[in-house]
Formats: sequence, C-alpha cells, structure tokens
Amino acid sequence: MANARNIDVRELSKSFGDIQAVDAVSFEVRDGEIFGFLGPNGAGKTTTINMLTGLARPDSGHIVIGGIECSCNPKAAQHLIGVVPDESNLYPELTGFDNLCFCGALYGMPARERRDRARDLLELFGLSNAAERLFGKYSKGMKRRLVIAAAMMHEPAILFLDEPTSGIDVQSARQIRRLLLDLHRAGTTIFLTTHQIDEAERLCQRVAFLVAGRIRRIDTIDNLLQPVRGHEVMVFELSRQPDAELAGLERTFPSFSFSCGAPGQLAVSASRTIPVAPLVRYLDECGIDVLEARRQKMSLEEVFVRLTGIEAHRMKGRK
Amino acid sequence: MRRNMTVRHLRAVWGILRKDMKAYYLKPPNISWGILFPLVWTAMFFVKTGREPADIAGVLPGMIALSILFGTTSMLAVTVTFERKAKAFERLLLAPLPLGLLVLAKTGGAILFGTVNAMVPLLIAFGMNGLQQVDWAGLFAAVLLIAVVSTFLGLFIAVSVNEVFEAQTFSNFFRFPMIFLCGLFFPVADLPAVLQPLSWMLPLTYGADLLHGAINADAMFSPVIDILVLLLFIVLLFALCLRNVHRRWIS
Ligand SMILES: Nc1ncnc2c1ncn2[C@@H]1O[C@H](COP(=O)(O)OP(=O)(O)OP(=O)(O)O)[C@@H](O)[C@H]1O
Ligand SMILES: [Mg+2]
Repeated sequence: MANARNIDVRELSKSFGDIQAVDAVSFEVRDGEIFGFLGPNGAGKTTTINMLTGLARPDSGHIVIGGIECSCNPKAAQHLIGVVPDESNLYPELTGFDNLCFCGALYGMPARERRDRARDLLELFGLSNAAERLFGKYSKGMKRRLVIAAAMMHEPAILFLDEPTSGIDVQSARQIRRLLLDLHRAGTTIFLTTHQIDEAERLCQRVAFLVAGRIRRIDTIDNLLQPVRGHEVMVFELSRQPDAELAGLERTFPSFSFSCGAPGQLAVSASRTIPVAPLVRYLDECGIDVLEARRQKMSLEEVFVRLTGIEAHRMKGRK
Repeated sequence: MRRNMTVRHLRAVWGILRKDMKAYYLKPPNISWGILFPLVWTAMFFVKTGREPADIAGVLPGMIALSILFGTTSMLAVTVTFERKAKAFERLLLAPLPLGLLVLAKTGGAILFGTVNAMVPLLIAFGMNGLQQVDWAGLFAAVLLIAVVSTFLGLFIAVSVNEVFEAQTFSNFFRFPMIFLCGLFFPVADLPAVLQPLSWMLPLTYGADLLHGAINADAMFSPVIDILVLLLFIVLLFALCLRNVHRRWIS
C-alpha cells in the first residue's frame, strides 16, 4: 500500500461542548478521485478536515490515509497530504517566494529543490510578477492562489481544500478549478469542501451531503442526478411574493409542484415540460406580474434541496 | 530511511528558525529593543542606586538575567501567541514534524535572542573595565541555561493563553516579582523569611546564583547544584509545554 492515495473514514465523531459538530461520519475517498464534501455553514466540514489533517482530535472513529492508520497518531500521514485551509495562513511579513520556500522546508525539501519548485508554482499560478512582493500586500485572489501553491510545494499525493474558491472573483475561481482538474489528471486525490453546489457538480466524481454533522447521502454525481433526469424546473420572477396564491396554484395545476425560493421568486417543477402561458395567465389574474421566466437545468442543487430540505440560496449565504 | 527522515526534520527545524529570524528577530524594532532594553536597565540601575561604575560587577549578574528574561519572554509572545492568533501556527502543526521538534524550533530563536541580549550588559561591563576574575565557562553556561529556562517559562505562558496582550500581562505577572525574588540585585537571604520559599521555587534564582558565582565568586550553591536544578526546571517546563500544546492546540 506504499503508493495508496485513498482516505478511509469510519464513524468519525467530534463535539464541542453541547454541539455535535461531526456525528458518526463514514466515507471513503478513492485513489485519484475528486471528492466533494457539501454542506451549509456550520455543517461540520472544516471540523472534519481538521480531524483528517491532524489539527483536531476526534472523539471517536477511525481514519486511514494513504494506507496509514492515523487515528492514534495524526502525524503519521502528514507527509502525504497538502492542506488548503479556509483562511489564508501564510506569513504576511514574508514575500510570496519566501513563503513557498518556507513551506517546502517544513516538509524537509532541500534548498535547491524548494527554490525551483517555488518558481514553477509561482509561474503556474500566474504570480511570478508578485514573487518578491510581501504576502500581506497581495489581493484576496492572489492570496488564495498562493495558499494553494503552498499546499502543493511538496507534491502531496492527497490534497485537502476547504472552500478553495470562496470569496474570490469568478475568473480566479475558474482558474483554480482548472488547476484542480489538472492535478486530478496527474493522479492527485482531492478532497474538497464547498457550499457551492455547482462547483461540486463541475469538479467532483462523488459527493457527500453533510448536514448538521451527519452525512445524508454519498454517491457519484451521475447517480445523484438520476432521479431528476427528465425533470424540469421553471423559475418565475414576480412583482410580489406569491405565498398567498400557493394553495390555489397547487389546486389548479396538480401535476406541478411549487415553492417560493428567494424573495419574489416562484419555482415550479414537474416531471414533464412545463407550459408557461397558463401559469402566467393564472398569476396575472391574481394580480401578480411575471417579470421574467426561465427554464432551469436540473442540477445537483435540486437534488440537494430535495434530500436535505435546505434551499440552495441559503447554502451560499456567507457567514 | 531513518537517516533520511532525520535530515528532513533537521531541514524543517532550520527552516522554522531561519524564518523566525527573518520575520521577527532581525527586524529593526526588535534588534533595537533587544539592545536598548538592557542599556536602559543598566543606566537606570546606576542612576537609581548611585553606585560607582566600578561596582558594575556587582550588578552585572542581575542585568544579564533581566536582559535574557525580558528578551526571551517578549519574543515568544510574538512568535507563538501572535502566530497562533493569525492561524499561521496551524501550518506548522500540519507539517510532518514531531511536536517536540516543532517546539524546539520555535523556541530556538528565542533562546538565541536571549543569549545575544545578554551580551549587551556584558559588553558594557567589559567596556567599563569592570570585569576581573570571571569564570567564562560558568558565565556562558549560566547565560545559556537562563535563556533556555526563561524561554520555556515564556512558552508555558504563551501556550496557556490565547491573546498577545494576555501573554504580556501573564509574563509580567511572573517577570516583575522575579526581579526581586530571585536574588538578582540583592541576596535571597535579605528577603523576608516568608518570601524565601517562593524564591527557591523559581528557576531564575539558581541561574542568578550561577552568574554571581561566575562573575563575583559569591554564589550560595555549588555550580553543579545550580546547573542540575536548572536542567530539572528545563525538562519539567518542556514536558508541561508539550502537554499544553497537545491539549490546547490540537483540541
Ligand atoms: N473550536 C470550536 N469550538 C466550539 N465550536 C466549534 C469549534 N469549531 C467548530 N465549532 C462548531 O462546530 C460546528 C461545525 O463547524 P465547522 O466549522 O466544521 O462547519 P463548516 O461546515 O466548516 O461551516 P462553514 O461553511 O461555515 O465553514 C459549528 O456549529 C461550529 O459552531
Ligand atoms: Mg468551514
């Protein structure tokens, strides 16, 4: 099992006082896959990563990383893993280049190798021009990229990322996702947490839905999407909240199901094509103007909402 | 395989030491603090006590001990408490480096800093021609041991609190009484009898005694006893620090 890159977690639990942050969580991350850990704020994602990487002690449970049992000795597998924490934790008083070299040193890399690798990574992340600038002076997106580069210095077989694209612009996020896919192609096992469902859908082979410390479901994206194939969702932007009309809508259109999402929004889903005209007419008669109607691709988001009852827009809310 | 591992660990330890030097110890404010502080202490002492400069050897042990004590403990508040606050410490905890080595690496810089601090009053005394029959080996042993023991004392404080200001407050709680209790400037025997047991429980008492012996040949104990007691304190404090690191940082 010398080259194993998998993670095996059994019945992992952790509480902080009264709060059961992680509750008997079991899952397996296979060799070379991108595994997504999806859940709303406070679900226990960071706590789980902390336990896997040796920053927190589990109350109970077993962790095997790369074939190494590390429930008792969390340091045992640390040489195999790279960690991108949810907050940037490099040294603001060092330059980008020095930060990377320092991280290489922590893993015992020889000086020459450190410098070469740091230069390569700065190039890869488009930070070569900022190599000699202090980390503290970097922009948010640059910081994020350097933190990821730092985790890759020692070429870890397994990479943990805690919300790698949160709080940065679309372009930087896209760049980071591309990079993760490249790493995946090169054989790195990637464990990533996110509360952006579309991100998980784009990147991961398999995902686990975590809610309140418990795993609700683990499966491949394909399998998860199976029940919603052939389904359709229309989202209507309305001039006012349609709460009062919901019951009437359900009576009039019994084969559709209705829900109010964001303010002024009405989501209609059905297992067949949804005709727009009758719905618009009905709403018009109720005195509600339809400002916009759009057909939504059925996505993992819908699966998540169905499984957990948590609306997607609440997932994305920042802390 | 084993040797390979040791080399890797050494590289990591050296990397941490060098980074701390670069990021903290060699920063102009810290250098000037490290030099100014002992200077001010020394000057103040002469003004306050009205002693003759020829008496420098009498106050030198106290000056050296103070410089080390304040130098090491204030640096640790930065390198440990501040880094922990800024989450940078987690990066160190993620490294495949045994915790004991990590603690040594983080304290090594402070020990060096304290040792260098001690050179300031020593150089002043040297310049004032106040040093006669100094036992240099004893002096340097004392400087090193005091640096180590006060660093671990500082670390013990740093790992027991969460904020930089708490670290400063707590270390002052220890540091200032130690000026009077540890026989730095007047013998422990001159203290009220009720306070004396307190003195015997403080490591600096033995460090100062070792210094008094080396500089003025007026120690209370034999150097062997002082050194043994200091070593005992060092081992004890190190173990306590490790336990606290385990308990509080990997919670
Ligand atoms: N050190 C701690 N002390 C006390 N409670 C904690 C601690 N760390 C986490 N918790 C609690 O454990 C639960 C899970 O937190 P965690 O940070 O793992 O969630 P998360 O899924 O990472 O959320 P987010 O998306 O906001 O990052 C939360 O209720 C949180 O308040
Ligand atoms: Mg989190």
